[in-house]
Amino acid sequence: MLNFSLKQLSTLLTTKRISSTELTGEFLKRSRALNADYNAFITIDEETSLAQARAADAMIASGQAGPLTGIPVAQKDIFCTKGWLTTCGSKMLSNFVSPYDAHVVERFNAIGAVNIGKTNMDEFAMGSSNETSFYGPVKNPWDITAVPGGSSGGSACAVAARMAPAATGTDTGGSIRQPAALCGISGLKPTYGLVSRYGMVAFASSLDQGGPMAKSAEDLALMLNVMAGFDARDSTSLMREPEDYARDLERPLEGLRIGLPREYFVKEINDDVARAVENAIAEYHKLGAETVEVSLPNTKLSVPVYYVLAPAEASSNLSRFDGVRYGYRAPEYADLNDMYCKSRAQGFGAEVKRRILIGTYVLSHGYYDAYYVQAQKLRRLVAQDFAEAFKQCDVIMGPTSPTVAFDLGERISDPVQMYLSDAYTIAVNLAGLPGMSIPAGFGNKGRPVGLHIVGNYFAEAKMLNVAHQYQKTTDWHMSMPNS
Amino acid sequence: MQWEIVIGLEVHTQLSTQSKIFSGASTAFGAAPNAEACAVDLALPGVLPVLNRGAVDRAIRFGLAVGAKVNSPSIFARKNYFYPDLPKGYQISQYELPVVEGGTVTIHVGEMEKTIRLVRAHLEEDAGKSLHEDFHGMTGIDLNRAGTPLLEIVSEPDMRSSQEAVTYAKMVHSLVRWIGICDGNMQEGSFRCDANVSVRPHGSERLGTRCEIKNLNSFRFLEKAIDYEARRQIEILEDGGTIQQQTRLYDPDKDETRAMRSKEDAQDYRYFPDPDLLPLEIAESWIAKAKSGLPELPEQMRVRLEREYGLSSYDTSALTADREIAEYYDATVAKLPSDPKLCANWIMGELPAYLNDEAKSFDSCPLSPVQLAQLLMRIKDGTISGKIAKEVFKQMWSKAAQTATAWKNRDSKLDDNLADQIIESQGLKQISDSGELESLIDGVIAANVKSVEEFKAGKEKAFNALVGQVMKAARGKANPAQVNEIMRRKLEA
Repeated sequence: MLNFSLKQLSTLLTTKRISSTELTGEFLKRSRALNADYNAFITIDEETSLAQARAADAMIASGQAGPLTGIPVAQKDIFCTKGWLTTCGSKMLSNFVSPYDAHVVERFNAIGAVNIGKTNMDEFAMGSSNETSFYGPVKNPWDITAVPGGSSGGSACAVAARMAPAATGTDTGGSIRQPAALCGISGLKPTYGLVSRYGMVAFASSLDQGGPMAKSAEDLALMLNVMAGFDARDSTSLMREPEDYARDLERPLEGLRIGLPREYFVKEINDDVARAVENAIAEYHKLGAETVEVSLPNTKLSVPVYYVLAPAEASSNLSRFDGVRYGYRAPEYADLNDMYCKSRAQGFGAEVKRRILIGTYVLSHGYYDAYYVQAQKLRRLVAQDFAEAFKQCDVIMGPTSPTVAFDLGERISDPVQMYLSDAYTIAVNLAGLPGMSIPAGFGNKGRPVGLHIVGNYFAEAKMLNVAHQYQKTTDWHMSMPNS
Repeated sequence: MQWEIVIGLEVHTQLSTQSKIFSGASTAFGAAPNAEACAVDLALPGVLPVLNRGAVDRAIRFGLAVGAKVNSPSIFARKNYFYPDLPKGYQISQYELPVVEGGTVTIHVGEMEKTIRLVRAHLEEDAGKSLHEDFHGMTGIDLNRAGTPLLEIVSEPDMRSSQEAVTYAKMVHSLVRWIGICDGNMQEGSFRCDANVSVRPHGSERLGTRCEIKNLNSFRFLEKAIDYEARRQIEILEDGGTIQQQTRLYDPDKDETRAMRSKEDAQDYRYFPDPDLLPLEIAESWIAKAKSGLPELPEQMRVRLEREYGLSSYDTSALTADREIAEYYDATVAKLPSDPKLCANWIMGELPAYLNDEAKSFDSCPLSPVQLAQLLMRIKDGTISGKIAKEVFKQMWSKAAQTATAWKNRDSKLDDNLADQIIESQGLKQISDSGELESLIDGVIAANVKSVEEFKAGKEKAFNALVGQVMKAARGKANPAQVNEIMRRKLEA
């Protein structure tokens, strides 16, 4: 049952072969047991989860079940969840119980999904290894000496270790796709604006996007059906007709044009990763797809552009954490200014402080034009590259990350090295495009490799189709770490 | 040396929307602390701003009323600084591209007309309030005001005296109320001014170093603060000193301005476009709709009153200082177009005296323009004297005040003849029947032989005494002009 798809679990539930209470109980038991080793969850609250499960059972009994009713879903601890501790992986919010639900949480609640717990993450989603969490690093279930990736490392680990059938994540520069790749699961970052950011603690507003993490593309489609939709409380939310993201899953890939950016297959990429991606492309050829070489010449600018814009927005977004109204306040201080300084010095970790400093610097008088304005211009160039490429192809493929999961502690003291590992994913956020990662085999030390699929705006259904067809002929996504 | 004072004003007007500029919380004044602060106003983690359409509409109306350019797109920007009553750690304002750019406001100081140019008007949110009393050494934070929509109206340094500055501020105050975008309530902080003041030698082209006086919430304080600040700067310069660019606060108790912070410790607000709000694009059709919804503007009306009724610019300025007065005047003069000046005199004289006594506005006046017009008509046609009219007015007022409904909210026309009813029932009609007057005068002449003789001896004063006797005998109801004429005829015969 651990490896069942959401559809299979739903069938079990609606045919009354198992109740949501039982299903939730099973996953809770497993989560409790494994969490000591993996640290995937910050909060597990059996009572609340089981109460939701009982409500779901009532919904099912009354014939009101939808595709995800009664199914346990883990929520990244960045989504405000009423009555739950919502920490964002930070000491700053270590005492914050949200008085309201994020839009995404509301939607899961409305269809009777069960919140199975709040997953660990890099502090305020700033990190690619989950090592910046105030609650300690998450371990990669394939190898507990390796990082799970970040920032949605807790969600990735929870799904990979089958502690939850599916989870939510957020992706600002790769935070869904990179941990999905490193943990051997599937993850999708939708087009910017598709999933409401209301109630999602902001890191970099113009880049942040929530999305699903699950075992397979089919599961992602069902999750996205719940998560996507217009929300008037988010001014960047897109008003669009609702769509069924599972509608095209079974389409054959005959004639699909896959763009391979020549800039992606260069020296930075490790051989083991390159081999896995090449094998995946070969599989696509068998499925009837053709490949075209495309160019994304400004991709190399993505990392520097990102590390101007994201910290700039973050430095302002995180100003609200001042110890005045909620969250951490230093126990002793001399005056107002001292209270701010001490609360923030003690409440934020090193990586968050580093980014607040960078962001404050690039927005400062005299530097704004040279950094922020310039970065915005380059951001447009990055987006134009994709627009050009999509004239020649339907999807773009490459590695999600240039390497498999690195060791815990390996890069944490070298931020630049850490930042560079997100080169492939960051460009997608800068352009606002949808991107996903699916398992494509294993590399060095038996650690998973992710295949990165980038689509044009609103091409989620197409991307899920492309991923699903691959998953029908391969079983990488069904591989499960020993536990 | 002769000094010239140079003043520019930044006026913060609170827009009269029901809800806040970026949240659905109420803007009503006077609720219990923090009762009107929702999740967005509290800046809880994860909340996002959504722009209030009504605030934009009001900004457009202002832009059109001052002949400014309505920018599309305009951009919301974050102004970053830490303060406990600023929950997000930044204020959402507009920086590089404000919604309204340019425009002018015409002011009248005495008989002089002057045009004040505007730089811009931009939308922003207000902060909350820090309460330093009653918390035993701690500070209380009330976020009810946080997120209240403001339109900040920035003028060029076009004013040259505190009087001009006050006149301009009053003009803007009147205008924003006139077009219905702000209630103008200064006690509640709906209308506040910052004054940029500098001085320079007369004839000099270069602007002096300015000081900004913050948060002036009455016209009197505005005037006194500018006067004090100009004196202070002139004294420094005459003593050979230099002015430091500063932000200053006016202390009304001591009638002086005090330094708050100098340019050196000016904060770097690190403005940047708010990524939570998209550029604001305003369709031409929206502007057109706002335009068609605008009432006749005060300056247009002022010119019309001058042209149509030949009133002085003093009168027209006073009558258009407030939309309620203007509306009242328009309705009154419509009923008595033959004497616009008489209408003006009463609407600027007798009526406000009564309204002020009861702290009523023109809109809540118990007497309608139709009722007033009838009274004035009776003066005009000689039925009663101006003096009797005041007596009638007093009675009309107390009668109308009993019903306690404002004329604007009344649809009954039953009391349109109130003036006539009072004149009739109390026999206050002027005696203009010449036969009746002649016999009254004959009686007075017969009874005051001494005065008659004095008059004939050349004492003009005696004539007035005789007329006075006639008026007394007529209990004030005689037409003085008619009495004069008959008396003179009889005495000189």
